[in-house]
Amino acid sequence: MASVLDLLGAILLVGGTAFLLSGGIGLVRMPDAYNRIQAGTKSTTLGPLLTLAGVACLRPDWGLTLLLIGVFLLFTNPLSSQVLARAAHRVGVKQAPQTVIDRLAEDQGEQP
Amino acid sequence: MVAKGETIPRIRRVAVMFATLLLFWLMLMGRVTVDVLIVGAMASLAIALLFPSGLSFFTEFRATPKAFVAGLRYYGLFFKELVKSNLRLATIVLSPSLPIKPGIVKVRTTLKSRMGRLMLANSISLTPGTLTVEMEGEWLYVHWVSVESTDVEGATAEIVAGFERYLEVIYG
Repeated sequence: MASVLDLLGAILLVGGTAFLLSGGIGLVRMPDAYNRIQAGTKSTTLGPLLTLAGVACLRPDWGLTLLLIGVFLLFTNPLSSQVLARAAHRVGVKQAPQTVIDRLAEDQGEQP
Repeated sequence: MVAKGETIPRIRRVAVMFATLLLFWLMLMGRVTVDVLIVGAMASLAIALLFPSGLSFFTEFRATPKAFVAGLRYYGLFFKELVKSNLRLATIVLSPSLPIKPGIVKVRTTLKSRMGRLMLANSISLTPGTLTVEMEGEWLYVHWVSVESTDVEGATAEIVAGFERYLEVIYG
């Protein structure tokens, strides 16, 4: 009966998991902390969002709660990544050799 | 920042926070009964009083029709960028040569409100290859996986301009 929704839900679940996988590969392959955080942030936002959407298709009665979890993710995920990156930069975590520019370090160098 | 927060009356900030939290709680519970309302109201009031200067979704929100339209278009743009961001990142990490050119660039925002700046920083963190590292007044330091322009103007146009257009209308 609800086969269309089931199918859509399954596709969304697989899609979300695929993005999470790409994030995981990114964590391993990226050369330094900042790029790793980048890889982690993007995929751990869209991945769970798609997964939640998939679950919402399979269990429509959970829709509202799932939507709220999604909103929570959207607001908290980038925030935590930003704080991690800032902390890393403040304690002077080295950047990868490919890094072309660091305006933040330049500006901090100017200040006494 | 404290001085700016004081421009909005304390009682109104607490009220907005309280209403947002209570709405969130009711949506989470999925039913409106007396016991749910009492517990929710108590918890929301306590949190709103403990963190009066905290930001909530509707802090500094301009409740005009134009802001709602801009809000919808903002989320449209946001989700498009989020998907693009993930696809691009997946391409980068899956290609054997790992084609990155990372760096931290400086961009400038014209947004004045705290909530507007918070939303901008969050949006930047979720869009293609960019991550907000540090914020100082109107300056944002953004880590970029593949730096395309190193000067302030170029980077601002590339990273900030798209979102700023809408956030300007929503939060100012």
